[in-house]
Amino acid sequence: MDFTDTPEEAAFRAKARGFLSANAETKSSGNRNLATGWNKDEALAAARAWQARKAAGGFACITMPKEYGGQGLSPIMQVIYNQEEANYVAPRGVYEIGLGMCIPTMLAYATEEQKQRYAPPAVRGEEIWCQLFSEPAGGSDLAGLRTKAELDGNDWVINGQKIWTSGAQFSDYAIMVARSDFDVPKHKGLTFFFLSMKSPGVEVRPIKQMSGAANFNEVYFTDVRIPDSQRLGAVGDGWKVSLTTLMNERFAVGVAPPPDFDEIFDLVRNTELEDGPALDNAMVRDRLADWYVRQQGLKNAHFRSMTALSRGETPGPESSINKVVSASKYQDVSFFGMEMQEMVGIITDPDIAALDGLFQTGALSSPGYRIAGGTDEILRNIIAERVLGLPQDVRVDKAVAFRDLPTGRD
Amino acid sequence: MNFEFNDDQRMLRDQARRFLMDKSPPEVVRQTLETEQPYDQALWQQFGEMGWLGAAIPEAYGGSGMGHLELCVLAEELGRALAPTPFASSIYLGAEALLTAGSEEQKQSYLPDLATGAAIWCLALSEGPRPAAEGNITAAVSDGKLSGEKLPVADGDVADRAIVVARDGDAAGLYIVDLNGAGVTRQTVDTMDPTRSQARLIFAGAAAEKLGNEGWPLLERIQDRAAVLIAFEQIGGAQACLEMAKEYALGRFAFGRPIAGYQAIKHRLADMYIQIELARSNAYYGAWALSTNAAELPVAAATARVAAIEAYNFAAKENVQVHGGMGFTWEFNCHLYYRRARQLALVLGSQRRWKDRLIRALERRNAA
Repeated sequence: MDFTDTPEEAAFRAKARGFLSANAETKSSGNRNLATGWNKDEALAAARAWQARKAAGGFACITMPKEYGGQGLSPIMQVIYNQEEANYVAPRGVYEIGLGMCIPTMLAYATEEQKQRYAPPAVRGEEIWCQLFSEPAGGSDLAGLRTKAELDGNDWVINGQKIWTSGAQFSDYAIMVARSDFDVPKHKGLTFFFLSMKSPGVEVRPIKQMSGAANFNEVYFTDVRIPDSQRLGAVGDGWKVSLTTLMNERFAVGVAPPPDFDEIFDLVRNTELEDGPALDNAMVRDRLADWYVRQQGLKNAHFRSMTALSRGETPGPESSINKVVSASKYQDVSFFGMEMQEMVGIITDPDIAALDGLFQTGALSSPGYRIAGGTDEILRNIIAERVLGLPQDVRVDKAVAFRDLPTGRD
Repeated sequence: MNFEFNDDQRMLRDQARRFLMDKSPPEVVRQTLETEQPYDQALWQQFGEMGWLGAAIPEAYGGSGMGHLELCVLAEELGRALAPTPFASSIYLGAEALLTAGSEEQKQSYLPDLATGAAIWCLALSEGPRPAAEGNITAAVSDGKLSGEKLPVADGDVADRAIVVARDGDAAGLYIVDLNGAGVTRQTVDTMDPTRSQARLIFAGAAAEKLGNEGWPLLERIQDRAAVLIAFEQIGGAQACLEMAKEYALGRFAFGRPIAGYQAIKHRLADMYIQIELARSNAYYGAWALSTNAAELPVAAATARVAAIEAYNFAAKENVQVHGGMGFTWEFNCHLYYRRARQLALVLGSQRRWKDRLIRALERRNAA
């Protein structure tokens, strides 16, 4: 066992470090919160500028083939770049869904001409993509979606509503899945498309979250026309295409953001309790140890995945535990950081709250991480079914025409 | 990046697993559980013959010189098979103590018998219910003679020699004591896990030979090494629990289908898997630190131990739960793992103390 790079990896890492130190600001406590709030204009402009610089430097979409704007390198190089980029202020959240999920789906199903047209501008950050999957009636049960797609001449006419669409408010294009046949069981009646978010009849309405931020949207479709040439996969094969997108999701939805062990350790070391330093308190030490062990467990699991990638193998199932562990830890650490500040913990004013209000922000943002990109419950189902090989849940809707399914309260 | 066991080590694991499935199945474990036999002598002898006991002992001292990563691989399999032998006491603690602090003469004279299994060693630290902290040690050495009482001592009833923690004046030191010599009385005590023997040792002027000069810090270094190895035993046991629970849940039907199809069971098994993967990943880091003598060892060992205790406790108790009433019977094997999980959780000191030790190590690292 060792942690050294192969010569080829070391050379790439050195190149990445050179690029980053010349082009980005290193992270410090002063700019810790810069990554949040990316619906603001200046944050969006900063993200566009960073993506463009990254593409020009040859570090955008490292695993994507060169002819579509990527670098054509192996996944381990992307991991190495991400490790190095994590030390810098690099606003990339805007692009994670588009480049992590939408463009890979386009590369798998679009025509050659479409790939040439859409992939390179996305890689350069000039065009932003979003993903129109979830609906009010279909989140965890994605295949329960009801947005209707009807063929009219050479166009599909779309009516319905999507929800939880990250970045829809500034996206140029989207991939979407809709129901083209209501008379077959739910997985069989879906068809997949891509479309311009500027199409007539598309209306984006922000959803204000419990944190007060609005990263998600509802997207309404009223007689939106999509040319049949923008269909991805065969009519009725939308579920199969969706799985391609979702397979990329676990790479796109990453580990929860800070506060993590480092931040709570930092807070505790600077906190005095009624009977002395917080760090001397047995209960505090017990909790700190739990979070350190979990943080390190994920980090070391990541090293195992990297080892597989470095050997050209597919990583084992250890990566599946990432979000389910880190999202709960994010929430628990946030709560505990507030506890440590006693009655002041309720104050969000960054001039008063410790670490600029990071724990308070975390307490209000973390519930979303336990839901987005697969809820805690769905992820446990995935581990149980795909990793451990346990039976699927009983599906009473499997052999029933979609229009005959009970829908609950409307 | 190479954070995985290599092909030879994986082959050793497969061989060890096959051997132990054949030679240490539950019936063999029960021989030790249900009789007065303190450990399985036939198994012990074969561990010596195959070079397992000497895996991390250099060839110059009669070992097979494979290395510590190989010892970690074997530890996982021993834990999975619940092998009823004094492996941990004799090798993870005894041999590691000698390798860490023994004089050349001590290594030459003691290690070859440890490697063949001819001699069994143990660590005598705890003195009853009070935590085994330096200030609580009352056993004392004066003019090379040890007096005091130790309880419990894992494998103290079968060991030939003990490394005894005793004070000489104000500070604690480590001493090698011949348990078959004069001034030593020992009694086996009843425990929750009779597959791992425990004893009370009473010393009345027993001859004591000094091991190293560092005292308590040396004890902690030895414990760090053993913590990583025991973490692998715990992971092996926890993994066996997960597999047992899964097989049972797939075969057990209730309300017209396998209980493995119900989310209450699926999520419980997924949680076992999550705990085990966290513990395994941390144990790998511990293995790396152990095998390279890294400065990170105190942090890595405490992290590995805290995570492994958590994972095995969880897997062992939820394995009983998934088995329902049958899991609570003597006949089913769930309780064998449940007992061992409790034994390994305490044998090097409680999780509470290791969490405290982890934070201490992080404070030190932070100050450095």
